[in-house]
Amino acid sequence: MITTLAKAINEGLRDAMRRDDKVMLLGQDIGQLGGVFRVTDGLRKEFGELRVMDAPLGEAGIVGTAIGLAMRGYRPVCEIQFDGFVFPGVNQMITQLAKYRHRSGGEISLPVVIRVPYGGGIGAIEHHSESPESYFAHTPGLKVVTCASPQDAYQMIGQAIASDDPVIFLEPKRRYWEKGDVERSPDPAPLHAARVLRTGDDLTLVAYGPLVKTALECAEVAAEEGHSLEVIDLRSLAPLDLTAVFASVRRTGRLVVAHEASLSHGLGAEIAARVQDHAFYSLEAPVIRVAGYDTPYPPSRLEEHWLPGVERILDAVDRSLAY
Amino acid sequence: MPDMPGEELPLQLLDPSGALRADDRLPLDLSTVDLPGLYRDMVLSRRIDTEAIALQRQGELGLWPSMSGQEGAQVGAGRALREQDMTFPSYREHAVAWCRGVEPTSLLGLFRGTTLGGWRAEDNNFNLYTLVIGAQTLHATGYAMGIVRDNLVGNGDNARDTAVLCFHGDGALSEGETNEAYVWAATQNLPIVFFCQNNQWAISAPYSTQSRVPAARRADGFGFPGVRVDGNDVLACLAATRQALDAARRGDGPTLIEAYTYRLNPHTTSDDAGRYRSPAEDEVWRERDPITRLRLHLESTGAVSETFFTDLDDDAQRLAERMRAGCRALPDPDPDSPFLHTYAEMPDTLRAQLAEHRDFIASLDAQEVPA
Ligand SMILES: Cc1ncc(C[n+]2csc(CCOP(=O)(O)OP(=O)(O)O)c2C)c(N)n1
Ligand SMILES: [Mg+2]
Repeated sequence: MITTLAKAINEGLRDAMRRDDKVMLLGQDIGQLGGVFRVTDGLRKEFGELRVMDAPLGEAGIVGTAIGLAMRGYRPVCEIQFDGFVFPGVNQMITQLAKYRHRSGGEISLPVVIRVPYGGGIGAIEHHSESPESYFAHTPGLKVVTCASPQDAYQMIGQAIASDDPVIFLEPKRRYWEKGDVERSPDPAPLHAARVLRTGDDLTLVAYGPLVKTALECAEVAAEEGHSLEVIDLRSLAPLDLTAVFASVRRTGRLVVAHEASLSHGLGAEIAARVQDHAFYSLEAPVIRVAGYDTPYPPSRLEEHWLPGVERILDAVDRSLAY
Repeated sequence: MPDMPGEELPLQLLDPSGALRADDRLPLDLSTVDLPGLYRDMVLSRRIDTEAIALQRQGELGLWPSMSGQEGAQVGAGRALREQDMTFPSYREHAVAWCRGVEPTSLLGLFRGTTLGGWRAEDNNFNLYTLVIGAQTLHATGYAMGIVRDNLVGNGDNARDTAVLCFHGDGALSEGETNEAYVWAATQNLPIVFFCQNNQWAISAPYSTQSRVPAARRADGFGFPGVRVDGNDVLACLAATRQALDAARRGDGPTLIEAYTYRLNPHTTSDDAGRYRSPAEDEVWRERDPITRLRLHLESTGAVSETFFTDLDDDAQRLAERMRAGCRALPDPDPDSPFLHTYAEMPDTLRAQLAEHRDFIASLDAQEVPA
């Protein structure tokens, strides 16, 4: 079935809810409205108000009650309306959700999924274009994944819901309307594994979420210039599975990592550290990071140049190749 | 729309037919009220709103949160302020901005994507808009704490004593931060007035999603007075806000005002209200339009000259033209600006990023030169 990324998540949620009646959704405007991005469209109608709940306007409430529901045996899937509005819920995420299993000596499982539309590029107003992944990836006890294609969106949401660990499920909002083929494959790739999307010999380009498409575009352009890039979609940010990245870098000797989140203390730093640890002797150039700058997200008229786009990433590719 | 079961109706001084109704609970000395001025404010504010919607449709703005229908609440509250009072809006208080003297064009930058602010808070004692629901309630509370420490409360001098007016919506009642603000304001008896525009919707969530009692009654539990007024009655809103701000300046502590009103348009220009509410409901509230009500009153009392309304239409037209031209002329932000304004002292790492960014922009500019 050819469908959009948003609709693929919708299908994934629907199938998960049909499979397991403990799966329920809570979030602002997700019922009658179907969510501001319509990701939950039609689910209230099929599953009713108790399983698709319009939350009062408080994110601490959404995450905190999801924890209680999980303690009672439910598998809540929370929708946070926009990345910039997750923060009132972050206290519950970090001090409670992430820690319960640990402090109960493994007794208490909290299979909560928190869906967050994230990232920029849609010309939005303030707080609607944030990339908060590092806050979560830095928190032991939380798992963090992000999809980049409708197929992954469909499959990964189901896997996240099935996980007994809390999963922060980041949805690249500027890709919501992009279409792709979705198969209800009985045998999906593991949730926490990266995937090579395009093979190449000259340089490894790692991205995730919204920048995966950009990375593939870069590889196209680079190919025209005679450079063969290997593109890897990380998919899982915590845990971070870099097996594919190490293998790739051992062949190409060069690595560029791209993310929208600000450069400093971002995922790119962790990846660079691990790559120098595991593939030091293969590296022919320093690992180069292309990221959002260390400023708050700018007004939308500046976002095109603030976000890492094809030009900036290719510039990094050139620098790496010239090394 | 039925009101909350068992609830008294919101206080009203001007009914939908334009007739005045005195109410002992809400005294208002009409000799101190500029009725044509209030009408003018409401008409021009609505024009600001409709012009902004038009600009959004033409692609000049990314988004606009309309305040049509809420002029009575906003102008009533806005005109109750004294110059020294501080205002903390959310993001829909375009008519309050107007009353405070903020240039309407500067409201547009945020929604055009040319700025994250658009005006200087201290120029008009009107803080920047806050998009994160409830966050500003605590800022307003802290600001009021500062006023107390500056000894500007309870000196018996209404020209110097200062209060804070903080706006939030009905949805904001559910954020923890709003409730924390109430606690802080109550326990320190702060000079602050919380003005909740209960427009009955938080995007698609009806008021019942947030509360089982009218907003005004929430104040009881925190220990300060709550007043429920007809938010489409500019006089009731003016009277209640004046009274509450006077009390705050006097040192008598906070008040929560609930202005019971209705957002006539969708949540923003991106919203599709047809998915969650009926045109019939909109229709009921269109008939309670705050502007029509005062117009009926002015017409029936003959308080204004014949040309008043047509002159005002001309003024509105000129204002709209000024906004349109001003909007298109809003400068694109300087690409350096995010770097320059993130810290008081720019760290070296950021300085290096700025240099890299400038080189990048320059290389793009070089590419754009036609061969
Ligand atoms: C913390 C936070 N969560 C979610 C949102 C998304 N959001 C924007 S406006 C809105 C509804 C606000 O309703 P209300 O407080 O009644 O104000 P109104 O829009 O009616 O003026 C929501 C949920 C937000 N801005 N901030
Ligand atoms: Mg509201």
